Amino acid sequence: MPYLDHAATTPMLPEVIDAVSASMRASATGVAGNPSSVHTSGRQARRIIEESRERLAAALDARPSEVIFTSGGTEADNLAVKGIYAARRAADPARRRLLVSAVEHHAVLDSADYLAEHSDAELVLLPVDSDGVVQPETLAAALADDPDTVALVSVMWANNEVGSISPIRELAEIAHGYGIPFHTDAVQAVGVPGMSFAESGVDAMTVTAHKIGGPVGVGALLLGRGMDCIPVLHGGGQERDVRSGTLDTPGAVGFALAAEIAVRGRDELAPRLARLRDQLIDGVRRAVPDAVLNGHPVHRLPGNAHLSFPGCEGDSLLMLLDARGIECSTGSACSAGVAQPSHVLLAMGTDSQRARGALRLSLGHTSTASDVQAVVEAIGPVVERARRASAAVGVAAATGRSA
Amino acid sequence: MKVLAAMSGGVDSAVAAARAVAAGWDVTGVHLALSRQPATLRTGSRGCCSLEDSHDARRTADILSIPFYVWDFAERFAADVIDDFVSEYQAGRTPNPCLRCNEKIKFAALLDRALALGFDAVVTGHHARLVDGRLYRSVDAAKDQSYVLAVLTPGQLAHAVFPLGDSTKDQVRAEAARLGLAVASKPDSHDICFIADGDTQGFLARRLGERPGDIVDTDGTVLGSHAGTHGFTVGQRRGLNLTRPSATGEPRYVLSISPKTNTVVVGGAADLQVGLVRCGRPVWIAEPPSQPFDCQVQLRAHGMVSAARIAADDAGLRAVLGEPQRGVAAGQALVMYDGDRVLGSATILGTERPAGAGAQPAAVGTG
Repeated sequence: MPYLDHAATTPMLPEVIDAVSASMRASATGVAGNPSSVHTSGRQARRIIEESRERLAAALDARPSEVIFTSGGTEADNLAVKGIYAARRAADPARRRLLVSAVEHHAVLDSADYLAEHSDAELVLLPVDSDGVVQPETLAAALADDPDTVALVSVMWANNEVGSISPIRELAEIAHGYGIPFHTDAVQAVGVPGMSFAESGVDAMTVTAHKIGGPVGVGALLLGRGMDCIPVLHGGGQERDVRSGTLDTPGAVGFALAAEIAVRGRDELAPRLARLRDQLIDGVRRAVPDAVLNGHPVHRLPGNAHLSFPGCEGDSLLMLLDARGIECSTGSACSAGVAQPSHVLLAMGTDSQRARGALRLSLGHTSTASDVQAVVEAIGPVVERARRASAAVGVAAATGRSA
Repeated sequence: MKVLAAMSGGVDSAVAAARAVAAGWDVTGVHLALSRQPATLRTGSRGCCSLEDSHDARRTADILSIPFYVWDFAERFAADVIDDFVSEYQAGRTPNPCLRCNEKIKFAALLDRALALGFDAVVTGHHARLVDGRLYRSVDAAKDQSYVLAVLTPGQLAHAVFPLGDSTKDQVRAEAARLGLAVASKPDSHDICFIADGDTQGFLARRLGERPGDIVDTDGTVLGSHAGTHGFTVGQRRGLNLTRPSATGEPRYVLSISPKTNTVVVGGAADLQVGLVRCGRPVWIAEPPSQPFDCQVQLRAHGMVSAARIAADDAGLRAVLGEPQRGVAAGQALVMYDGDRVLGSATILGTERPAGAGAQPAAVGTG
């Protein structure tokens, strides 16, 4: 079954399944206790956590002390936005502005929104260009306008919907020019060759395991050592007192291994996926000449093809492809099953008709040329049928109004 | 046969989908998202517009092992049902939004899309029977929904499937329980799905604002004031807040609503009696019988059934009622039945008092 929804989640790597299973099994034989326990089993578990932390840090080019394990990307984004905002406000009450790109994942956007509603923050949305990229001059202009009131800048490394990659290093430098911390949601970006926490210069970075072949339910916030962050989850004081909660030993093992494999293999996987993606885009455009590619044509995730099919409803396309065994997404899958026009496409200035007819086809480590071929063969008839459906409903709408 | 089952999350549409699966059809479940901002949890007995209802529909589809999707019809629903509801009240009429939803959404927007996508029919959990393209009342008189389906044309009914018409609601619930569907004991919905708190007057007031005017008796004497004619429906007794009691001390009812003069006319129960109903926009499910003809008519969603003689009229048709009815509201449908079989429907435009019942309003012809 052609699975083209790797950006939603990607199959776990067999090696990772083995490692996670082995770690879980170990707990049943009594050698893995709570990593916070002082006895032998506890120390053993703690050792596995710390080794996983070191391996994850090495893979992402961070220091082990910069890794805060979380339950995933959403928690890490919440922690970064709320925790750093709170710390900055506590140090300087004038710093109440949050500069956040308009195409962020809802984990960042809604956290910032929450702070605006409940914690006296002011949310400033950084506009993106028509490719979905935050341009350095946009951030520079937004910061120049009263930098002393800014608490935090957050711009995602690579957009989860349209796949565009923003110039994070340059953006972080601009923020640092004013002494303002910079967070990036890099959940989609671990497979991008050259991606490095240290070199990016950012102060906080969100990553998660299940997008790179690890288990769902474990992620991390990489938090620079000098970066103050007030906890969101209070409790036992684990993770530098920033994130309480019993540490997930099998999850940490799986995340570290998945990150190692992803980083080690990305110089080979990324070009392979980019070739497949280009074949996909070319093939789809041959079948449907008026299909439009959304997002940056070059600076985009190697596995992301995001296309709009004028005159179609994304819902119809998705259902028709699904019925043919081809799995993809109309955008972000987080709106509780209800299709809303994508805030990413709207921020890029896409008209709502084009936004409604969008499909995200995302490739990953299990993708093959035959997956691409299946889409290329199916898309023509599927689009034709979806167009007829939209036209039929359009006619009905006109009749309804005149009645 | 390839069918699309409209699944509200309620027990009826769940069992309808189950019966379609049992019939051996290729079934796809679709939940219609009709609210722009769905509430997370369902409260009370209202409708199908919460995420919890969408979840219930999804769980039914899981158990039936059918594909399931949520389709967003919120914009269409807002334009064709909610806005229509508001403007009908604004015009002094009393609309039936369920009927409008069947006419414009389920058996128009949804059906058209389903047909274009390669489906043969739309399956719903309505309590009504379809036999050879003819629409009949459900065997469960208390749950019969033929009234809100009678507005459908033969073309629409040709692609509709109502698997529940031969069953009572109790049988439907028992079947759901037998199938292990969690919605088996879910309460019936009976309020207007898009008015979450059930406060129709409050909803209309928010949409239409206040337009104060007079409440008058049939002679034009001012008896009180109102905040907007949309707050009233013909036959309404409560909430009139009249300062002067009637001469006889009898209760007074809303007789008619006139948005043009912004007045609400009230009178005694006798003045509510209706002997003739004028209708527009007739829709015939079968070939219309040669007129005049005798049949039964139903004048609102539940009850108010009378024998009637139907004849052609300038605007559409008129029905002379065998037994006068009280509080017939313009905007509701008049549905014509031959026994259990639906002949057709029309929209009520106006009413007249029974012959010989007095001069106000106009005297009645005998059609």
